Amino acid sequence: MKEPELRYLKLSGLEPLVITPESNFVNVGERTNVAGSRRFLRLIKEQDFEQALDIAREQVEGGAQILDVNMDDGLIDGVDAMVRFLNLLMAEPDIARIPVMIDSSRWEIIEAGLQVVQGKCVVNSISLKEGEETFLWQARQIRRYGAAVIVMAFDEKGQADTYERRVEIAARSYRLLTEQASFPPEDLIFDLNIFPVATGIPEHRRNAVDFIEATRWVRQHLPHCSVSGGVSNVSFSFRGNTGVREAMHSAFLYHAIRAGMNMGIVNPSLLEVYDDIPADLLERVEDVLLDRREDATERLLDFAETVQGEHKKRQVDDSWRELPLQERITRALVKGIDQYIEADVEEARRGASRTIEVIEGPLMEGMNVVGDLFGSGKMFLPQVVKSARVMKRAVAYLTPFIEEENLSGPGARPAGKVLMATVKGDVHDIGKNIVSVVLACNNYQIVDLGVMVPPEKILEAAREQQVDIIGLSGLITPSLDEMVFLAREMQRQGFRIPLLIGGATTSKAHTAVKIDPQYHSAVVHVNDASRAVTVVGDLLQQERGEAYAGSVKAEYAVFRDKFLARGRQKSYLSLEEARKNRLRLPWREADLAVPRELGIRQIDAMDLQTLVPFIDWSPFFRTWDLHGRYPDILDDAVVGEQARSLYGDARQMLAEITGKGLLQARAVFGLFPARSLEDDIVVTSPDQGEVIFRTLRQQSQKREGVPNLALSDFIAPVDSGLQDYIGCFCVTAGLGADALARQYEDQLDDYGSIMVKALADRLAEAFAEYLHREVRVRHWGYVPDEHLDNEALIREAYKGIRPAPGYPACPDHLEKRTIWDLLQVEERIGVTLTESLAMWPAASVSGYYFAHPQARYFGLGKICRDQVADYANRKGIPLPEAEKWLGPNLAEEG
Amino acid sequence: MPKIEDLLKQRILVLDGAMGTMLQRYRFTEEDFRGDRFRDWPTPLQGNNDLLSLTQPQAIAEVHRKYLEAGADILETNTFSATSVAMADYGMEALAREINLESARIAKEVALEFTRANPEKPRFVAGSIGPTNKTASMSPDVNNPGFRAITFQALKEAYREQAEGLLEGGVDLLLVETVFDTLNAKAALFAIGEAQEHLGTKVPVMISGTITDASGRTLSGQTAEAFLISVSHAPLLSIGLNCALGASQLTPYLQVLSDRAEIAVSAHPNAGLPNAFGAYDQGPEEMASQIREYLEKGLVNIVGGCCGTTPAHIGALAALVKEYKPRELSPRPQSGLNSQVQIKVKE
Repeated sequence: MKEPELRYLKLSGLEPLVITPESNFVNVGERTNVAGSRRFLRLIKEQDFEQALDIAREQVEGGAQILDVNMDDGLIDGVDAMVRFLNLLMAEPDIARIPVMIDSSRWEIIEAGLQVVQGKCVVNSISLKEGEETFLWQARQIRRYGAAVIVMAFDEKGQADTYERRVEIAARSYRLLTEQASFPPEDLIFDLNIFPVATGIPEHRRNAVDFIEATRWVRQHLPHCSVSGGVSNVSFSFRGNTGVREAMHSAFLYHAIRAGMNMGIVNPSLLEVYDDIPADLLERVEDVLLDRREDATERLLDFAETVQGEHKKRQVDDSWRELPLQERITRALVKGIDQYIEADVEEARRGASRTIEVIEGPLMEGMNVVGDLFGSGKMFLPQVVKSARVMKRAVAYLTPFIEEENLSGPGARPAGKVLMATVKGDVHDIGKNIVSVVLACNNYQIVDLGVMVPPEKILEAAREQQVDIIGLSGLITPSLDEMVFLAREMQRQGFRIPLLIGGATTSKAHTAVKIDPQYHSAVVHVNDASRAVTVVGDLLQQERGEAYAGSVKAEYAVFRDKFLARGRQKSYLSLEEARKNRLRLPWREADLAVPRELGIRQIDAMDLQTLVPFIDWSPFFRTWDLHGRYPDILDDAVVGEQARSLYGDARQMLAEITGKGLLQARAVFGLFPARSLEDDIVVTSPDQGEVIFRTLRQQSQKREGVPNLALSDFIAPVDSGLQDYIGCFCVTAGLGADALARQYEDQLDDYGSIMVKALADRLAEAFAEYLHREVRVRHWGYVPDEHLDNEALIREAYKGIRPAPGYPACPDHLEKRTIWDLLQVEERIGVTLTESLAMWPAASVSGYYFAHPQARYFGLGKICRDQVADYANRKGIPLPEAEKWLGPNLAEEG
Repeated sequence: MPKIEDLLKQRILVLDGAMGTMLQRYRFTEEDFRGDRFRDWPTPLQGNNDLLSLTQPQAIAEVHRKYLEAGADILETNTFSATSVAMADYGMEALAREINLESARIAKEVALEFTRANPEKPRFVAGSIGPTNKTASMSPDVNNPGFRAITFQALKEAYREQAEGLLEGGVDLLLVETVFDTLNAKAALFAIGEAQEHLGTKVPVMISGTITDASGRTLSGQTAEAFLISVSHAPLLSIGLNCALGASQLTPYLQVLSDRAEIAVSAHPNAGLPNAFGAYDQGPEEMASQIREYLEKGLVNIVGGCCGTTPAHIGALAALVKEYKPRELSPRPQSGLNSQVQIKVKE
């Protein structure tokens, strides 16, 4: 048959999608992507697939022509989630009518997706990153499954970031795929890497123009293929400035589409009509995109400020000062403005017969408005914390007058007294402090015992102060046992007051199954600050409090029964079987990079400014209950304004911290010869001889061909005869954080105090990211020419991993002690371990470095008793001790 | 023997008609189905038509012979349900390979006999690969839409066994037919690719889908064009439609395939729609007159019959196709619009 001349990219769901030269730009919907949508991630984590389908439906209704589905997240079983979601999606004809883009960096997830979709999909993506052999093998498999494919401009040397590299990799990929894998060229889609411009870094100036020119080259020289990309990257430097971003996206697309880009991911709400962009803005935007002037970036930056200027003017509008007193007080509280509050309450005090009436009257009325707005989702946590700061200032101003009036008895009657504490061995208190502040705003008296509070002290204070509720917080897994213990003690000592449970590792499931049965009064899991107010309110209601407590008790009992009886029975392998199914890497000397510098090094005074670009801001917003991915969150329709304001405050404090050196950051790390022996990693230390890391192995039954992983699988075994290496590290950015936070607290500024701690946490994580890069590029040096931007680092696009004890790949906290001994962490940089093995200062990160190209993050999942016994034996500790530490990971066997 | 690809350019080829309809005429009893070999088999075997290749091979050969006498160019092997998946109903998973091998041999022997007698009209054998009785992209349980009764992997393994049996038995073609779930078909195509690679063969592959009702979609919900796109990755000799509907109801969907496909197009419809008793009563002349419309419009390269058709039907078609030229195999220009908005061009 004659070779057809017209070769179009044809895809299908239930209906066809044929992309011809006349087709409009094809928009790919990407909210069904756990990395692209917080909401989707949460729904998948909660296994709420029904609601996750609604996101897919919204995308289709919003005009997406292809649906990108991505389940790459360390805490999700990607294969299972991909298969379940796609199976359900196939049953929805209004969604399944468009083609699916199966998006994963892991081949097994891609293949599992290809096996459940009848239409012609797009695989996103493959590249030459791992070499030609893997590339061609994957391409041939994809061909046999009948899918088109996105090819990333990425090869053995790294990601293409110049015109020449893009062209070189695209041409080579095209030739290999069409000649050696018989791939039809119309089924190839090149992603030529859209990178940000106007970053201030000279090498980034040509990022947009190189993409556009490479696109033109590819469409002219590589017949029939398509070009795609994620557009919002290009305006990354202008996050927060919607006007400029919209103009940049439109102008970029205008030029890229004319050069031949025919599909991609574009947020339709962040797009201006090209012709509607004001001429002066368009000129400056295009100067930057097309690199037309030396000073293009400066000119656009200057101009961008004028675009934002109008915004700022509105904020200093003082006309509200003309309003009646109550409205001024309410407004000050709602807006968190403390500038005039003392004058206003003074005015109120003069008009009142007794000072206490100012608190009970106008201030409480204002706080009620705050509470209502927060409760109905119209105010967000950072605003409430600022409101609390205003309220505290006002009360502090009035207190001397109240004392003078000598009204000892009745005073301001709080709605109730709540004891708050972070349990023994745990040092994390940001969440606890936020809940305390929000409760205080709602007229509860808070007795805050701080962090690392032993149970006897909690109960003693509860009795002495006659509190109405105890709230416990914890972030690390051993804290869960502390909470169980405390509940048991409350029962034994005859307490009757409700117990609140909160903090990152806690869950409704753990509370219902492990804590609630220990205590006959109410135990409630509270996962966010706004719910805390409702729950405490309900529990302390005069008449109905008892009834509410009873209903909570009953609800938890039902939840517990359901949880324990839940359908999906996981099956487990014995440790011996799991070891037989370990990951067997082909050990090659070329994969085992010899570190340039062996031994231990330390950094005593890290320049904080260097760390700022490495900050991953998304978790920072999450701390404040603002959910969304940075930088998109700054433009979010719901929380965008609040996120921008919070971000502004954070940057301001960060500038002060880095400028004045208010926090100290230190690190210690070491690189050592190592070999694996079954599940152990034997490390040779220069001065301590052999030190052994004990790793844990997955025991859940895997699909055929999927190994049961342990971290030791990533280190060459003794019998390979090869010399491998491992690293470990501890960084802290929290030295000084506690004192600084206390300074803010002394000024009645909880907002500032929480901000300090949240920023210290971010700096510690940024330090870990920075140090890992330094190790990859310099000290170990296995990727000397890595060029990854911060987004790529956050996506974990780097080679090698840095798992941390206490986290999914190695949930065992005990191994921290091994790291501490090996690196002399405490002696060198002053970070200590509590009895629950939390690090102090809290803003610290520790972990291992693995460099093997195949090393990847995974979740251990549940393990069985045989492994716990084996572990105790290997480690030389009594079985009950091992059970105590590994308890949270133990599968319910029966 | 000339290559089928070349013959398709010269004339319209005729596929045979229904095997099941013909076998019903023998009124085989349970004992006949069992034969000596399966006398003591624990489950009832009546209705397992593919098993007759082992227990009544002379009857199968006779049906093949009748179709060739009527003028068919291509025989289908008696293997529509001969996968381990479908044979599980009779506990005969282990016999799947043998049934395919034997069925292929029987058909090939008869075909060779006719080709030797008249080398001007070579006869081909297509190994029939049915959809199985399970679907990979639909749930059999309306209350649990995410459930699947079978995986791609399991289907692929069953199809691989079937394809290898057919290829070793000497078939000239493979025909993946009555596709009601495209994912099942993709598993079959995947398996055929592996089997041919394993055996070093390059036997041409035909595929034929089933539009189940007037909505114009397969049971798994795809339009004809989406179906075409979803299987186009495999190197195919032809794509077409069969079963479910009568010839005239298939016309609009054949039109879509004819407009879009760059390969041969086939159709083997039922003898009309079944009557109240489940029998087909469209006669040979009526069917031929409806198929004449395909030929007038130049829609097809291969025609034949499915449920309810007999050698008389196939004889009528064989006479009919001589009057017409085959559909041209060059691709047609395509508008940038998708299937909802089709512009028909009268030729």
